[in-house]
Amino acid sequence: MSTPSLDKSSSPEPREPRPASGPAGSPSGGGVEPMVRAESVHKSFGAAHILKGIDLQVAPREVCCLIGPSGSGKSTFLRCINHLEQINAGRLWVDGVLIGYRQHGDKLYELRDREVAATRRDIGMVFQRFNLFPHMTALENVMEGPVQVKRESRAAARERAGALLERVGLADKAGSYPSQLSGGQQQRVAIARALAMEPKLMLFDEPTSALDPELVGDVLDVMRGLAEDGMTMIVVTHEMGFAREVGDSLVFMDDGVVVESGRPREVLADPQHERTRAFLSKVL
Amino acid sequence: MSETSAGRAPEDAAGPAAPAGPPGAPAATLPYEAIRAIPVRHYGRWAAAVVVVALLGALAYGFSQGKIIWNTVGTKLFDHTVVTGVWHTVLISVCAMAMGLVLGVLFAVMRLSKNPVTGAVAWAYIWFFRGTPVYVQLLMWFNLSLIFQTINLMPFYKNDTVAVMTPFVAALLGLGLNEGAYMAEIVRAGIQSVDPGQTEAAHALGMTGAKTMRRIVLPQAMRVIIPPTGNEFINMLKTSSLVSVVQYSELLRATSDIGISSNAIMEMYFVASVWYLVLTSVFSVGQFYLERRFARGSQRSLPQTPWQKVRTNLTTLRRPKVAR
Ligand SMILES: Nc1ncnc2c1ncn2[C@@H]1O[C@H](COP(=O)(O)OP(=O)(O)O)[C@@H](O)[C@H]1O
Ligand SMILES: [Mg+2]
Repeated sequence: MSTPSLDKSSSPEPREPRPASGPAGSPSGGGVEPMVRAESVHKSFGAAHILKGIDLQVAPREVCCLIGPSGSGKSTFLRCINHLEQINAGRLWVDGVLIGYRQHGDKLYELRDREVAATRRDIGMVFQRFNLFPHMTALENVMEGPVQVKRESRAAARERAGALLERVGLADKAGSYPSQLSGGQQQRVAIARALAMEPKLMLFDEPTSALDPELVGDVLDVMRGLAEDGMTMIVVTHEMGFAREVGDSLVFMDDGVVVESGRPREVLADPQHERTRAFLSKVL
Repeated sequence: MSETSAGRAPEDAAGPAAPAGPPGAPAATLPYEAIRAIPVRHYGRWAAAVVVVALLGALAYGFSQGKIIWNTVGTKLFDHTVVTGVWHTVLISVCAMAMGLVLGVLFAVMRLSKNPVTGAVAWAYIWFFRGTPVYVQLLMWFNLSLIFQTINLMPFYKNDTVAVMTPFVAALLGLGLNEGAYMAEIVRAGIQSVDPGQTEAAHALGMTGAKTMRRIVLPQAMRVIIPPTGNEFINMLKTSSLVSVVQYSELLRATSDIGISSNAIMEMYFVASVWYLVLTSVFSVGQFYLERRFARGSQRSLPQTPWQKVRTNLTTLRRPKVAR
């Protein structure tokens, strides 16, 4: 199985179908920089050791689905990727940029608030509980990032926000406040809000877990569309159907380590590890 | 599909037909016969009303027999000195409250920040200004010249303390700094009431800490901050009567001066009370509209303004007439 990055680098053509990724976590032999590269990432909260050496690579345009039992550290790992949590050991790069620290020679320096904020701009995040700004309308939610962070003009931001709401199928809800929207609609606004920053990487933390079953489909459809447009995505999910059809790679985490990873169909059909098998037997 | 539409049909048909129907018709349009029960008789309410009316009558009689010249209350209400006193009360209250708000936000943010120095400073400020009586603080500001003859901010400013510490300045510092300590606690509670997920979402968009506070956290905290702040302001209007000790001629001082010189002491306290009631009432109305403004998005529909309530009440009053 060729490394996905290789055929990416040889073809500048963005229309190319996304490469079926090799087992995530395998070192990429190619010259192209993976979008996300984690090398033995550790994270502790006080005495609680949560992430125990995560190695993972995600190629550009790859959709990586992250599964695992509750409390295994999936959310913590996602939060480390955009520096909502600071890692304690290891290294983490997004698009070649070291996350959380600045390196000069062999010394690491902590980042200032402003520098952390700048690295987060290019990473979109979608939360389980939506976290829309309740005092703003859907349109204002989507405009907030471009206007306040990218200093875009209000007129330009409004136009783009309108287009993004249309893309997630909510053009008619632009003037509604989050409390007036269903969970599925709120989550789609949240996706539009993240996309408004034109991120190169999107992180989804169980985006459909707080939704009524009949609303899950709309959100997954939006995410599927994003994947088809070539967005690099890491998706923590319990939707195995989505992982199988849309995912390029599937990573199974348990107790702070990556237990198994590979093509979704293969991992789901023929898990190699006992822990993976035990987990899948419960959720499938 | 056909079943649902068939099920709805009678209601739909009845709706538009009702206004056209003969008087007394609406009962027939309901699909059920309403229960007719004998209502509970509230004898207690009647008894209470009788007692209250009797007591109020006695009170009114008492005051009418007292040596109060009600005429004086009326004529002095718009006396020039009194109106100036009202203006000064409003001025010092608004200025001290504004100062308290700014200091409150500042010290609340300082107290919540990770910086141990600012946290300790904010803690000490709140500890001192909340822990001593505002009356004592006013007197200390006013008498500052007893210990410092001059105020010397080395390169910028130098002046005699007596010249700087005018009654207004002493009153402003006394009330404003005290208010800041209380507002800091109110603002802190407001900030802490905002879901941490909001901060996370703002950070994930690439906002800095300061921008997150200003654009996302504080606007949401306002909903929690405003009601107690309205309370604080109404308290401030009344507490400002204390600043007569620093020779600031606000409402209480203006009225009691007149009362003593014209031998109409109680009359003038009535004048003062009327004005305090007017001021607090006006600001209570303002608070209602402010709360409504910041309730945006938190409820599916905003609470009605009194004017809107009147209008809906009028229309609902009218509707039965049409129906009947
Ligand atoms: N801020 C925190 N402080 C202390 N413990 C935390 C914190 N965040 C997460 N944890 C702990 O880390 C573990 C992993 O949590 P999480 O990453 O949310 O798991 P998952 O998303 O896989 O369910 C849990 O045991 C949780 O209690
Ligand atoms: Mg989680």
